[in-house]
Amino acid sequence: MDLLIAIFQGIIIASTPLVLAAVGELVVEKSGVLNLGVEGMMIVGAVTSFIITYETGSHFLGLTAAIISAGLVASLFGLLTQYLLSNQVATGLALTLFGLGLASLIGQTYSGISLDTFPILDVYLLTEIPIIGSLLFNFDYLVYLSIIIVVSVYYFLNKTKFGLVLTAIGDNHDSAHSLGYSVKMVRLFAIIFGGSCAGLGGAYLSLVQTPMWVENMTAGRGWIALAIVVFSVWRPLWVLVGAYVFGGITIIQLHVQAFGVNIGAQYMSMMPYLVTIVVLVFISMNKNRLAVNAPNCLNRLFTSDL
Amino acid sequence: MQNILEIDGISKSFSDIQANNDISLYLRQGQIHALLGENGAGKSTLVKIIYGIVKPDHGTMTLNGKPYDPDTPEVARNEGIGMVFQHFSLFESLSVLDNIILGQKENLKKDKILERLDYLQNEYDLFIDINKIVATLSAGEKQKVEIIRCMLQDPKIMILDEPTSVLNPSEVEKLFSFLRKLSDQGMAVLYISHKLHEIKELCDTSTILRGGKVVKSCDTASITIEDLAQLMVGKAIDNKVKLSEPKQARVLDIKNISYTNPDIYGVSLKGIKFSVNFGEIFGIAGISGNGQTELMKILSGEVGTSDGNQILYHDEDISNLGINERRKREIVFVPEDRLGHSAVGGLSLSENLLLTNLWDLKFFSKGVIDSNYVNEKTVEVIKKFNVQCNDAASLASSLSGGNLQKFVVGREIIKMPKLVVCEQPTWGVDVGSASLIHNFLIEISNTGSAILIISQDLDELRSICHRIAIISNGVLSKPYDANRITPQDIALEMAK
Amino acid sequence: MFKLQKKEIIDQSSLYTVPLIAIGCSLIFVFILFLLIGKNPILAIFIIFIEPLLSIFGLSELIVKSTPLIIIALGLSIGFRAGVWNIGAEGQYTIGALFGGAAILAFYPNNGIWILPLSFFIAIVGGILWGMIPAFFKARFNTNEILVSLMLTYVATLLLSGMVYGPLKNPDGFNFPESRLFHDSGTLPIIFPGTRAHIGFLIAIILVGLMYYLLKKHKFGYHVRVSGESPRALVFSGRSTNYMVYLSFIISGAFAGLAGVIEVSGPVGQLVPAIPVGYGFTAIIVAFLGRLNPLGIFFAGFLLALTYIGGEAAQIRLGLPNAITGVFQGVLLFSLLAAEAFTNYTISLKKIRGNI
Repeated sequence: MDLLIAIFQGIIIASTPLVLAAVGELVVEKSGVLNLGVEGMMIVGAVTSFIITYETGSHFLGLTAAIISAGLVASLFGLLTQYLLSNQVATGLALTLFGLGLASLIGQTYSGISLDTFPILDVYLLTEIPIIGSLLFNFDYLVYLSIIIVVSVYYFLNKTKFGLVLTAIGDNHDSAHSLGYSVKMVRLFAIIFGGSCAGLGGAYLSLVQTPMWVENMTAGRGWIALAIVVFSVWRPLWVLVGAYVFGGITIIQLHVQAFGVNIGAQYMSMMPYLVTIVVLVFISMNKNRLAVNAPNCLNRLFTSDL
Repeated sequence: MQNILEIDGISKSFSDIQANNDISLYLRQGQIHALLGENGAGKSTLVKIIYGIVKPDHGTMTLNGKPYDPDTPEVARNEGIGMVFQHFSLFESLSVLDNIILGQKENLKKDKILERLDYLQNEYDLFIDINKIVATLSAGEKQKVEIIRCMLQDPKIMILDEPTSVLNPSEVEKLFSFLRKLSDQGMAVLYISHKLHEIKELCDTSTILRGGKVVKSCDTASITIEDLAQLMVGKAIDNKVKLSEPKQARVLDIKNISYTNPDIYGVSLKGIKFSVNFGEIFGIAGISGNGQTELMKILSGEVGTSDGNQILYHDEDISNLGINERRKREIVFVPEDRLGHSAVGGLSLSENLLLTNLWDLKFFSKGVIDSNYVNEKTVEVIKKFNVQCNDAASLASSLSGGNLQKFVVGREIIKMPKLVVCEQPTWGVDVGSASLIHNFLIEISNTGSAILIISQDLDELRSICHRIAIISNGVLSKPYDANRITPQDIALEMAK
Repeated sequence: MFKLQKKEIIDQSSLYTVPLIAIGCSLIFVFILFLLIGKNPILAIFIIFIEPLLSIFGLSELIVKSTPLIIIALGLSIGFRAGVWNIGAEGQYTIGALFGGAAILAFYPNNGIWILPLSFFIAIVGGILWGMIPAFFKARFNTNEILVSLMLTYVATLLLSGMVYGPLKNPDGFNFPESRLFHDSGTLPIIFPGTRAHIGFLIAIILVGLMYYLLKKHKFGYHVRVSGESPRALVFSGRSTNYMVYLSFIISGAFAGLAGVIEVSGPVGQLVPAIPVGYGFTAIIVAFLGRLNPLGIFFAGFLLALTYIGGEAAQIRLGLPNAITGVFQGVLLFSLLAAEAFTNYTISLKKIRGNI
């Protein structure tokens, strides 16, 4: 039983950065922009939050730093793609390469230092309930925050006028423009929001999951977050499902290794990446569902002169 | 009645083209005013100026006695100008209701909007299921959504740009009675069209544009259709080559084309059958979006089809052959879109010549392009078909629509093909080029080639075809004799 | 705010000016960066960008590092023109290294002039196979090739590592995770004695010439150019869009695989887990900086190789972290993309209109 609870907790902790990064990217893609720089924004968030937390001793300031710094690099992507009309795929890649380099550079002297563990949100009495307490009320507040963000994004996209405008811009930016909506501004906001979420996801890695700074510690999670957005077919609540499935594979794979199954560690570590490919293929096999839900203008150039 | 909108001396030019030249126009309350002209006469530029999308270089506008100079469409809407575009500005993947909400300027409560909607639907007979996704609607229904969106803002002036090009005849009737009701209630309507019969039937006043200038403004009742046509086109161009009688031998015999569209919102083709004879020009009419593009792609081989289709060409079933195999059999294709389909804007004319000749070994030696030969052929097309351009190295995007179309058609006709399949061969082309292209087609049919033309332009088909069939919702009607087909026949077939 | 308007005719000189402007902007950025971290910027820029060009050793290393970059970028440029995004060249490179390296090891210690060509062939096949996975799913189901090719990079890296920890481990290597050193028949000849510069560089030059010729004169290049302009016109010309997907991945996979085997049979000389060092990603920048043009790629390959060598020099001489190379490369790509806006569009100031 204890092992199962440990596995469950492990899955939630492994999944939370994916939830955060993917839900941010979902909003960006809903507005019609493909930002492939999630990996870069995550690592920037990871390194800045680590440094600020280490220097100030405040987790809160560290998280704030992650949100701001990742939001800033995202806005660089936003300015280039929205106002200088650069290619989104290439700019996203540039953001990833730049973010990885920048993070290694500024994190160099912090390599290998570890931080205090992130506190668990102690809910009076609830945490004490046997099993359920450990399953539901034994996490840091970021886990709950990530779920709140997902639900809020769901509410925002489906129930508010501004969310409707954002969806409409992703569906047909020319029509939105002719109705007087500011396509570029809305997209810029979405991009910065997506960056901040990715930054928060990165911070979760370096503050909670493994409270230390390691170069390239995102290890492809930004790319998996992009895959989760496709998996969710652009529906926010499905991001949770997708992220927990991927987190689950990572954790179970580790436990299988620990049980001493006689397969090389390298082959077991391939699991999350292989599963991502399989899932992507399965999702793309259903063309109609994708056609209905995918934002029509995803990765299309918008020039304001009609 | 007083003038609600006065347009005074508007001019606008884009780089080297004078789109509007000193245009003046007065729109009165309760008036349905036609703005009439050929493609490129400057109608859409003028409308964009009124709607705040384009800024004029010179001239002034007055709305309700006050100076009017909109910076954005939003300003125009707030001033009471509503616009129904030819190309809808709708969000295809959203519901009708969401589309309507997005069109409102303030954050109106949903039930408030529903209340207004209810009133509009009853008053003007604009019924539509508001929960449907726009992509599933027909073109006529989509236009209804645009009109509702427009009406919810209480416009004083309504502008409609070629509204009937997507409607079938019964929908046209409904639209007209709606517009008459608006005008009875005192709204001014600016109605843009090049269809003379409609204008004669609907509009009180007409302003005719040609080459960016107003050539005449008059009461529609006081002028004949022939005179309107004359004013619109300028000098009458009617040096048409005469059609000769086709032989009774089949070149193309389509036993069956059925096609299930993988796009859930696309049109599927159901059991299409027809044949084209030696020396015959066969027309397929219909409103766009009824399966023409799909049919064209299946005829060219760009889209493969399932089993059971039979396309006989000289008694050979070619339905499983690719486009170049078909070209080898002396069939040529001219699809609707010039830029990006039948020609590539960023490549030179000689490179574009190669686009449909890649199967022909004369243009290559061991896979290496013989550029001298390509150039020679390109120059030949340019000369023979009177394509206005610098030289064979000119980029395709630097040519005007008419000249590029002459090149694209000429590139195929110069091969003296046995079968020509073309879609909208004169779409968006100036009158002179259109008439030249028609002549090329007739000339080659007179030498025995079979020609299939898919077009929305009924007048075009009636003037150059022997027989016409109508496509509607993926079903093709029986063929009619082009001389005997009546508007009633067409209306009936389109409504099927 | 400002407004961009597409230029009708793009100035041919932009072929050179855009990359030069981008390089200039990036240099200004690193200048400021060095100031911020308290290093003498002029000295640092001299050490990174000039000094390697002043010694035989530096120049020969430039040849060594630019070879894989140029070869991979040449392959990628085909797909990038056609809008097929192979981001996993790093993986195809790794598989090429693994397949080619394994072939060389399989013939140890036999000698023969045929060993290298055979292992090159096997490496190319490996690269193609690895590239065919995303290509197949893209063509068949329209699965996103960016994500699939990238995921396969991680898989390839793990596979290589699994192999050198397992079956390919050097039996006499004290259990170190590396293969045995390749014997002479499995090692590329050196072109300048006393350096590491090997004949792989000549292969790169030949490929540049070949690509240039094919793109300009051959039917194949014609298809590539048409597909870059308009996929619909490509279909109209008689090729399916899937043809371009497969072609792009076959060429980029083959070239990346070739670069992989050149690297292991050249400067590395054995299989180690650290074969993938990011050439596959840097080659993306090389392809863009070279404006997807073979000659441009040749020069861009040198510049990016310089950032690797300069980065190492800066690490040793100035105590700067190696990551400075990555930052510079990222900034370079950013500047390049921004600079393109200035050549493809005319920019005019206008007053702010509209609101949300």
